[in-house]
Amino acid sequence: MTQKPPRRGTALRLHRQLERIWSPDPRFRGWLTTNNNNDVGRLFLAVATLFFVIGGLLAMLIRAQLATPGSAFMGPEAYNQVFTMHGTVMMFLFAIPFFEALAVLLLPGMLGTRDLAFPRLGVYGLWVYIFGGSAVIVAMLMGLSPDGGWFMYPPLSSAAFSPGIGADVWLLGITSIEVSAIATAVEIVVTVLRYRAAGMSLSRMPIFAWYILVVAVMILTAFPPMILGSLLLETERALGWPFFQVENGGDPLLWQHLFWLFGHPEVYIIFLPAAGMIATILPVMARTTLLGYGWVVAAAVSLAVLSFGLWVHHMFTTGIPHLGLAFFSAASTLVAVPTSIMIFSWIGTLWKGRVQMKLPMLWLLGFFATFVIGGLTGVMLAIVPFNWQVHDTHFVVAHLHYVLIGGYVFPMIAAVYYFQPLLTGRFHYFRLGAVAFWLVVPAFHITFLAVHVVGLLGQRRRTWTYDEGQGWELLNLIASTASFVMAIGFALVILDIGITTFSGLRGKRNPWGATTLEWAAPMPSPAYGFASIPIVRGRYPLTDDPDLPQRIARGEGYLADTSRNRREALIVTTTTGKPLQVAVMPGNSALPILLAVVTSTSFLAPLVQAYWLSALALVGVVIVALVWVWTTAPRQSEGLVDAGHGARLPVAAESPDPPGWWGSLFLLVADGVHFGSLMFGYAFLWTVAPNWPPPSYLVPTLLPVLLALGGAAALAAGPRLAARAVATGHRTALALVLSLFGALSLATAAASVMLARQDPAGHAYDAALWLLAGHVGFHAALAVIMLGYLALRRISGHGLRVGEARIVSLWADFTAATGLVALAAAWLPGTFA
Amino acid sequence: MLAGSLAILVLVLALLIAALLRRPAQSDDSERGTGLWLWTLGLAFPLTTLAALTVYGLQMGERLLPRDTPDLVTVTAEARQWAWTFGYPDAPGLATDGVLHIPAGRPVDVQITSRDVVHSFWVPRLAGKLDALPGHVNVLRIEAPAPGTYSGQTAEFNGAGYAGHVFTVQAHDPAAWVRFLQEGPP
Repeated sequence: MTQKPPRRGTALRLHRQLERIWSPDPRFRGWLTTNNNNDVGRLFLAVATLFFVIGGLLAMLIRAQLATPGSAFMGPEAYNQVFTMHGTVMMFLFAIPFFEALAVLLLPGMLGTRDLAFPRLGVYGLWVYIFGGSAVIVAMLMGLSPDGGWFMYPPLSSAAFSPGIGADVWLLGITSIEVSAIATAVEIVVTVLRYRAAGMSLSRMPIFAWYILVVAVMILTAFPPMILGSLLLETERALGWPFFQVENGGDPLLWQHLFWLFGHPEVYIIFLPAAGMIATILPVMARTTLLGYGWVVAAAVSLAVLSFGLWVHHMFTTGIPHLGLAFFSAASTLVAVPTSIMIFSWIGTLWKGRVQMKLPMLWLLGFFATFVIGGLTGVMLAIVPFNWQVHDTHFVVAHLHYVLIGGYVFPMIAAVYYFQPLLTGRFHYFRLGAVAFWLVVPAFHITFLAVHVVGLLGQRRRTWTYDEGQGWELLNLIASTASFVMAIGFALVILDIGITTFSGLRGKRNPWGATTLEWAAPMPSPAYGFASIPIVRGRYPLTDDPDLPQRIARGEGYLADTSRNRREALIVTTTTGKPLQVAVMPGNSALPILLAVVTSTSFLAPLVQAYWLSALALVGVVIVALVWVWTTAPRQSEGLVDAGHGARLPVAAESPDPPGWWGSLFLLVADGVHFGSLMFGYAFLWTVAPNWPPPSYLVPTLLPVLLALGGAAALAAGPRLAARAVATGHRTALALVLSLFGALSLATAAASVMLARQDPAGHAYDAALWLLAGHVGFHAALAVIMLGYLALRRISGHGLRVGEARIVSLWADFTAATGLVALAAAWLPGTFA
Repeated sequence: MLAGSLAILVLVLALLIAALLRRPAQSDDSERGTGLWLWTLGLAFPLTTLAALTVYGLQMGERLLPRDTPDLVTVTAEARQWAWTFGYPDAPGLATDGVLHIPAGRPVDVQITSRDVVHSFWVPRLAGKLDALPGHVNVLRIEAPAPGTYSGQTAEFNGAGYAGHVFTVQAHDPAAWVRFLQEGPP
């Protein structure tokens, strides 16, 4: 190989220019206006860790209470709040945000790009999470926490049995955090599919990118049922719409279906990112490559698919027919197959390599020892008769802690140690990490083995105390004592990482000898990531070309030209990774945090009955969102630009499929699942709930039906015609007016449903009709706003772009299609009754 | 099940330790070993064990299912926060609070429902648990092997009184059962 003499001058000049373009505001306010993935990810990670500490303290309270029988430490009221909050904080405020934080930090580097696809959306997600999470914690400190268990079964969580705002804090706080998770998921999917190094085809992607892609799609499909469930329960609590009240046609089982439709995939949403980290770190620690890359990708995908077929296994004791149980039992055991493929792929990888026992590897061994046990008790739980006995005992508690701590927390600690040099530029030099490991892992096993046994001896979960003489005293005392040792261990881990972050040794690039692109960046990774977009020719770019980091720094990849003086990234074709477009990324801005403030206000104001404030904030959301879009859209067309290596590429905003189109597509996937859940709920109540059919039906009249049909057709056709008119340079006014007419007709048809049935609190049928009509009305309003934006762009003389018209067209199609389905579901039963 | 699980655990950990101790002279970047690690251990091994386990579990479950028998007795159980009321269709009007009376040695169908929130009926020595849902009646088949008392409890979190929400099952010999139906609880 011929080595060029190092041209430090070029690299340094490029570094300075890119730093100027990409760096955040150096003043304190920079933290509020930055949208760089390094800053967002760090804040995300710090906040998620803080919530882990809070959840851990709550766990200590639980174990202190259970250490002795008849404990007077807490009464049932306090205990019920504490265990509900422990579950809620760990699942929603720690587990999901923590891996999202790591993905935000690491994904651009792994993929060889400079930032995530929608940097501002990421900031927005971060702040919504911080505000929502803080509200939940503040409510807890005021003694106003939910106390119905983290899965909030109605009617216990309904207004009649949970007066006060505890349940509302849960529903509104958690929903806002789910909105943030969906924002991040959209960002991740579009980044993985479109923003990569040149030549990085799907099969050359680092394994973590595959895992996180699967997880993000799962978030988009699993969270909407939960959001719908929260919406139903909150409208029942606030407005009396009887979705779960049996007397008026509701059914509490509906909640359980919606909750576990989310809740089971959620377990894999948490496990798969950890598995992705294992598959990334393990081969490096063993100085080899992952055995069976394709197998592992297939296993991750099939695990995701299977996980949506098992929600009923949380409901084995609800009286579901045995044949149904047989199906779900088989599906539940089947999920062990892809897991086993992953486990043996990893052991096979260790087998063919030479393992170095560094700290990340130690934690991965902790994962193996723990997770395999958790998986085996999971298989036991999938066996129906066994489940009937141990359901809702401490056996289940022990099982889920084995899976979640062993399968998630241990690998994540390994990941933090592994990536610390990259993120902070500092190296671990201290023995404290190993000490912490030997405190945490043995103490964990002692704690939860004891909890397993006490569960088999019949101790129920969620009982605030227990009597002497049942043989549980010693086991509980052992579990509590060991759990405190474990807590000290976790505190040492955090301390150790903190010490290294601020005082570790500086070191050279790629200390572990990794093969993937993120290690080609300087350490610590600068705001711009790569000085030029790398060109890769294989799955292990740093093995294929050890000189790659220097060449990237010298600007020998794509987009090394800084003369356009703006943040640019490369968009590639989804499957082959061929350079396709140049994305222009937005600069620092206070808009995302402003939007997060108004969004959170509209979510949280109902807690103090400030509905007017909530409505006002909603108007604020629309205004800020419009300003955001308006100011981001480019003013002039620039045609093809020079991307380096002789490539002249269009700017993304001028392409027919700009990033916004892809983002809308995946957001609509989530929206579609939400709508599907709504239809499922309606059909479920109709067929399963007692007190159906309703006393009377909605009988449609001709005019609304015609309005709906005509409106849907106009709404589907209008934006298409507009897009075509823009492409061919014709006038767009007529097409926009046609679309507007369509949206308004559809909204009128939806309003007719509400006018005909004026009492949504009377029967679940009417409440469901209002929600169906509400879905149509909401999306029609959204379409009107988007059309108004297009019209404004046209009037102000900025000109329309095909991409923008196609984005609106996507939303309009969705509105027209689901609108027709929703209205048909509202009208058809009455027509044939 | 426990023994099988332990065997699998030992196998996996033994392979893991062997992989750690193994020090090949040169790291192997090839895909050799797919047949053993992925086809055999990853795919075939769990498929066979799980198939066997699932079939076994379903057969067990079938055996626990309620079947029609001539000497079947039906009782009702209604849960509320935080008490149980039991009724006896064989003796209309008779109701007991906190104690369920059944005949020993005969299959008993318990019709379980709830007046308010979700509860769960669980007598560990007689059967698994089954939820009490408002608006639904779930039927659980139990059979007490001998006369005596069996303790039962609610097994779905139901609010502040959850820990103390317990009940007992009193199983009678044939004579005492007839006397109970005629005269109520002693």
